[in-house]
Amino acid sequence: MPQVQLSAIASARSGDKGEGSNVGLIAHSEAAYAFLREALTEDVVRAHFAGINHGGVKRYAADNMRVLNFLLEDSLGGGGSASLKTDAQGKTHGLALLRMTLDVPDDVLASVEAGR
Amino acid sequence: MSEITSRKDKVLIANGQGFWGDSILGPVRLVEEGPLDYLTLDYLAEVTMSIMQKLKGRDPSKGYATDFVALLDRILPKAVEKGVKIVANAGGVNPHACKDAVLEVIRKHGLEGVKVAVVEGDDILAGLDDLMASGERFENMDTGEALATVRDRVSSANVYLGAFPIAEALDQGAQIVITGRGTDPGLVIGPLIHEFGWGPDDLDQLAAGTVAGHIVECGAQCTGGNYTDWETIPDMAMIGYPVIEAQPDGTFTVTKHEGTGGRVTRDTVVHQLSYEMGDPANYITPDVVADFTSFSITDEGDDRVRIEGVKGHPATPTYKVSMSYQDGWKSVGQLTISGPDALAKARLASDIVWARLAYDGFEYSDDEKLIEFVGANVCHEGVSVPGADDPSEVVLRLGVKGPDRARVARFGSELVPLVTSGPPGVTGFAGGRPKATEIIGYWPALLSKDKVKTSVQTYS
Repeated sequence: MPQVQLSAIASARSGDKGEGSNVGLIAHSEAAYAFLREALTEDVVRAHFAGINHGGVKRYAADNMRVLNFLLEDSLGGGGSASLKTDAQGKTHGLALLRMTLDVPDDVLASVEAGR
Repeated sequence: MSEITSRKDKVLIANGQGFWGDSILGPVRLVEEGPLDYLTLDYLAEVTMSIMQKLKGRDPSKGYATDFVALLDRILPKAVEKGVKIVANAGGVNPHACKDAVLEVIRKHGLEGVKVAVVEGDDILAGLDDLMASGERFENMDTGEALATVRDRVSSANVYLGAFPIAEALDQGAQIVITGRGTDPGLVIGPLIHEFGWGPDDLDQLAAGTVAGHIVECGAQCTGGNYTDWETIPDMAMIGYPVIEAQPDGTFTVTKHEGTGGRVTRDTVVHQLSYEMGDPANYITPDVVADFTSFSITDEGDDRVRIEGVKGHPATPTYKVSMSYQDGWKSVGQLTISGPDALAKARLASDIVWARLAYDGFEYSDDEKLIEFVGANVCHEGVSVPGADDPSEVVLRLGVKGPDRARVARFGSELVPLVTSGPPGVTGFAGGRPKATEIIGYWPALLSKDKVKTSVQTYS
């Protein structure tokens, strides 16, 4: 299985949600979505964001949109007006998730290519 | 049935402002460049209400989104000519001052018969103590704390009102509706209720309006703005703002005016559906709980995306309340440090600042201070990023926060001296010493719906 960046099979959007942020991960194909549902557990995403998020991670799924929604519970340095951070609203957290490297099966990569 | 048959079978609603500070070109071009029935404008973020309360405290004629008045001065004649109705939460904490300024614009342009409505009832600051005395606890939804712990520092308190008062204002013949705090999607749902005659029990329709409102509430964020595959978006400079084509059964299409920049695809719309999302199956509004996992999305091509089959569940018995309170002080400043060895020198510069402050008796805990090396991966800290260890320059960004203003302010005078008493290649300090500014805390809570009275009045 080739090692690829998550950005090869998914897009993302993120923003603030109280003292944390949410990252909506959008799979580029049904096969990619099925693969990501298995691969991207709350623990995997929590480990990836260890340098950014100091709280838990909660995952929701919306099959109709092929979206996995991750809530990073303490990722904004206090959040809102209290945050001193450059990215006080978590606007770049989606792109940070897309930098994750994964072993992606060939058929999943092919399904994304076919949809382009 | 004459009332029903007189209703439209399609309504066009655009949102031209995603936040206070969004480009004026969005709404200006929406009114100019294509067909439209309603223009909605969202000006309010959580901290905005607190800033507006302060402005009103200093000057009783302030405390609303003045941008809105400047915009109307530019677009109102055209909007009236085309019959476009305008719904905006520009009223802030002083909707009547906003209304008076709008009436002045109407007079200035010599426009006849333009009615302006004001929706009120969201501002509960004056009645907060009575509400607490009546048993409302206003526990913080995130922390569970009782409001009593910060009550003496509360600077604004507003209920997120639903969409029905907006519909009532339109029913009264208003061409311009001014509200204070309401839900963002409510700006879109209100016109749909008015046009299609939806009632409180039409849950699927109200949920569909909620989904439509969520898609357009951040303006160009659903037409190719802030989009992962940015290189596939044409003419972002002239990006089109979103237009909803809604039908009476709740089915709607997301599109934009012909000839505008940007794109509307399944993917650009799903991006925005994911924005600021919590539990997608339970999107709570005052009017309905919408299920964002229930509907189908079809890309029809030509910048048209159709959403149908949205399901809604009964609303909860409470309103969400957004409160703000004084929560300490903060100060942030920055310097630019060039290479060679930009990152190593920036680390030294940072160490120098904290050491000098400590020498003078000012020590800050890790929770109270910020150290960022902008250019060396501050946004994606801990994620492997190529080239982050040897950038050609970095911005050293330092900050502190805490309850004591003097202690926070002292930090600001130790940054500039590095230009002459630190490592070489330090520059980029503009704007003087960083000052201590107030931190505005956010306090989300719930309030029984029967404790809130809304009112709608029209003026001309």
